[in-house]
Amino acid sequence: MAKITLSNLRHSYLPNPSGPADYALKEIDLDWRDGGAYALLGPSGCGKSTLLNIISGLLNPSEGRILFDDKDVTDLPPDQRNIAQVFQFPVIYDTMTVRQNLAFPLQNRGVNQSKIAERVAEIAAMLEVEEMLDTRAAHLSPDNKQKISMGRGLVRDDVNVVMFDEPLTVIDPHLKWKLRSKLKELHQRVKATMIYVTHDQTEALTFADQVVVMQEGEIVQIGTPVELFERPQHTFVGHFIGSPGMNILPATVENGAAMFHGNAVALEGNVTGSGGTTELGIRPEFIKLSDAGIPARVRKVSDVGRHAVVETIVGDIPVKAVVDSASVEQGEEVHLTFEPAQTRLYRDGWIATEVAQ
Amino acid sequence: MKTENQKAWFFVLPVLILVAFNALVPIMTVVNYSVQETFGNNVFFWQGLDWFEQILRSDRFHAALGRQFLFTFLILIIEIPLGIIVALSMPRKGFWVPVCLVTMALPMLIPWNVVGSMWNIFTLPNIGLLGYFMNDVLGINYDMTQQPLSAWITIIVMDVWHWTSLVVLLSYAGLVSIPDAYYQAAKIDGASPWKVFRYIQLPKMKTVLTIAILLRFMDSFNIYTEPFVLTGGGPGNSTTLLSIDLVKIALGQFDLGPAAAMSLIYFAITLLVSWLFYTLMTKDDAK
Amino acid sequence: MTIELKSASKVVRGITHIKPTSLVMKTGHFNVLLGQTGSGKTSLIKLMAGLDPIAEGQIFFDGEDVTKLTTQRRNISLVHQFFVNYPHMTVFENIASPLRVAGMAKSEIEGRVQEAADILQLGPMLNRRPQELSGGQQQRCALARAIAKESRAVFLDEPLANLDYKLREELREQLPELFAGRGAVVVYATSEPEEALLLGGETALMDDGVVTQFGPTAEIYRNPATLTAARVFSDPPINSASIIKAGGEARLGTGVSWRLEGQAADLPDGEYTVAIRPHHVTPVEASSSDVAIEGKVLVTELSGSESSAHFQMGDHGWVSLAHGVHPYQIGEKHRFFLNASQALYFAPDGRLVA
Repeated sequence: MAKITLSNLRHSYLPNPSGPADYALKEIDLDWRDGGAYALLGPSGCGKSTLLNIISGLLNPSEGRILFDDKDVTDLPPDQRNIAQVFQFPVIYDTMTVRQNLAFPLQNRGVNQSKIAERVAEIAAMLEVEEMLDTRAAHLSPDNKQKISMGRGLVRDDVNVVMFDEPLTVIDPHLKWKLRSKLKELHQRVKATMIYVTHDQTEALTFADQVVVMQEGEIVQIGTPVELFERPQHTFVGHFIGSPGMNILPATVENGAAMFHGNAVALEGNVTGSGGTTELGIRPEFIKLSDAGIPARVRKVSDVGRHAVVETIVGDIPVKAVVDSASVEQGEEVHLTFEPAQTRLYRDGWIATEVAQ
Repeated sequence: MKTENQKAWFFVLPVLILVAFNALVPIMTVVNYSVQETFGNNVFFWQGLDWFEQILRSDRFHAALGRQFLFTFLILIIEIPLGIIVALSMPRKGFWVPVCLVTMALPMLIPWNVVGSMWNIFTLPNIGLLGYFMNDVLGINYDMTQQPLSAWITIIVMDVWHWTSLVVLLSYAGLVSIPDAYYQAAKIDGASPWKVFRYIQLPKMKTVLTIAILLRFMDSFNIYTEPFVLTGGGPGNSTTLLSIDLVKIALGQFDLGPAAAMSLIYFAITLLVSWLFYTLMTKDDAK
Repeated sequence: MTIELKSASKVVRGITHIKPTSLVMKTGHFNVLLGQTGSGKTSLIKLMAGLDPIAEGQIFFDGEDVTKLTTQRRNISLVHQFFVNYPHMTVFENIASPLRVAGMAKSEIEGRVQEAADILQLGPMLNRRPQELSGGQQQRCALARAIAKESRAVFLDEPLANLDYKLREELREQLPELFAGRGAVVVYATSEPEEALLLGGETALMDDGVVTQFGPTAEIYRNPATLTAARVFSDPPINSASIIKAGGEARLGTGVSWRLEGQAADLPDGEYTVAIRPHHVTPVEASSSDVAIEGKVLVTELSGSESSAHFQMGDHGWVSLAHGVHPYQIGEKHRFFLNASQALYFAPDGRLVA
């Protein structure tokens, strides 16, 4: 197990990058605690897989260093970094049995037989795959194959970090939550540093203590799942996390007060900074339909069963609200009220209000 | 309950007709010859299975069959591993890929009799480049027209030169279809290059290798043109493979009956061994 | 336009893929096929599209018997889970190809392609090839082809399954608008209950090659005819346990009991199965009529604004889903509250009784 430090990391797939646009990863500085559960969350092409490959050593960064427990591993190949990785598509040694698959990483490192048997039995029990230990891995279902891939990562007790690269992609939707929870449970039991890469917020927020949200090669926020949901540091985080995401509404600031479509809107705290493009950010969960407030018209109501998503328009700006039950109808005129403590101002994308006292 | 559309059979009809003319009619002609004796003028005498018995008991046939198996065995044991090694060492991406592929394919584009003639001229002692080099420069006594060993080495080398590419190309196709993640996982699992080959590359190449082995077996077992042009079966009978012997009997001696019987036995052996190969190599998958 | 199946079934080499199915799907809203992987959604679509032969029964498009017609002559569009485009053609040619096949005039083709491309925001990419596009753009290209064709039926077979989470959300919002007023019957297969709810329209629940229930989406969600239907239409999985009804009271195996109301109270005494959706099992008491239960928390999950907890109570695993973030201790006992008024009751044979 190890603490992981990324220092001044940058990467470009081009031989001679000239500007920031040429970098797939822009200036990453991170410290990851030993034994923590981390997630890299972002859309396709945000650089999360590049970062993962740099940590595992499958890719050499253009600039910067990677330290495991303060030891520089930047120039070490993957097999000398003592890491484990689970890939998007299950990687299985087809000709081997499940048992042989699990034993493989240990055998390659010359671990003695009794120790191998002990570790394999332990991991098999943890993954609940004991009854299939002697079947050939090629005959397993995708979710079991993926479990075996995970098992190969966890079977070594000397790994610095276990990495997961979108590991649930090929898993049937109704089995996903089982593997999600299995992973969480595994982390709590083995206490290894784990990094989980995904574009799925549920996977990231469920798994990780700390989520790193990335966009276009940059880290936009690092925080606990609660922090990311409640107080996004960037409009992208607000938009990306939550379903539906945060409403990002064009706003102006006059004498320290925010105005949205001619209505004064109370914010969580004082406005900081000046200039730039200003926007309001408020999650649909914190907008209420009431008798007074900002006038709006209902465009669409989607009843999701446990709640309803009401799409309204204020002028020509769409604003979504999540309400307990669908009490309004399409075309109806309503009024919206924003919960002040959950209403924030963003300047050029970044948060520009002080935390409420 | 009607579960399938019977009309579909009409679409297979052209193939059936083609197969009938292509394979069944000629084979039946051979079967017809193999059980009769003829002295020309379309006069036939019923012989039953006499010809088959004669062929199966003939030392000449045993010797040719033995040479044939030896040849095929040597071909397979050289070409398959060599093909895999070459495929493994080829680049997987970049500028050199098409260059390698085209270079590899070149020998296969040359007509078979041309290959025979080329190697004949190339290896003739004194006038051939190789022949001259071996005898006069290295001082090794090499003459495929006189020494059986030289003749054998020459036909083997020629076949390896001509057909290893096929194994290379098929293996290569198998190799490039392996996703990167497998190699990355193997690196992380600390697998040695041998283990990567044994547990990732070989299993993933299995299907194409099965095809390669089958093709190479059938081709080499039925080989005729190249050794015929190169050595004519000599010196003596030392490189008279089954096919060459068959032609000698059929056209040299005009013994159509025995030749037909021999063809059928030959065909049966090819079929049997191909089937054995196939069953052995695919038996794991059936599970 | 309507698509009507009259006891249509599909049998492949003696194995029944679709049991005799009868339903009528109409235009004007989405017709969702909801079921888990392997429940027969794709099989049913292929049957309607004419890609697989029908074993028995008939299929009608607008009253016209198309059972014997080939796919080409049914005039349909199909969008797959995987992005299927012609790799050697530009986006423009891809969208135009079915129109060219139909022998449409060049000027009209251009107009139609432009329109479809505008709707799906593919305008600037018309001259690129599919492999130069992102996954979302490739799938939009496939959708544009389906829109431009103006076919009688559009089959969307989990079209968003391979897209990024956020992209899926955006495209899902656009889809109903894309096909609104086009006259085609839109059939949308998905394995996600939430997707069915968001798309609205009508839903056919599928399980093991049978359409178990068909009707307005929200109605089916609220009144699943069987326990299986309730299970298919719930994510996270619906909680279910057997109860003994005695008098006006329902008793769980663990000793928890509550008063039955309405229809449930009038049922004859005996054994039933109760099913309660995860969001009616909450960590905070919502009303005084809630039933308090206690379970050992196994796993917690967080998705944006909601958190769920899987917990063990008696022999059963239960799931709670609630807004906001709740402090659960894994492995510890925690109190939850059942909203018993929202419970569904099923007879031992699986039928909904109250």
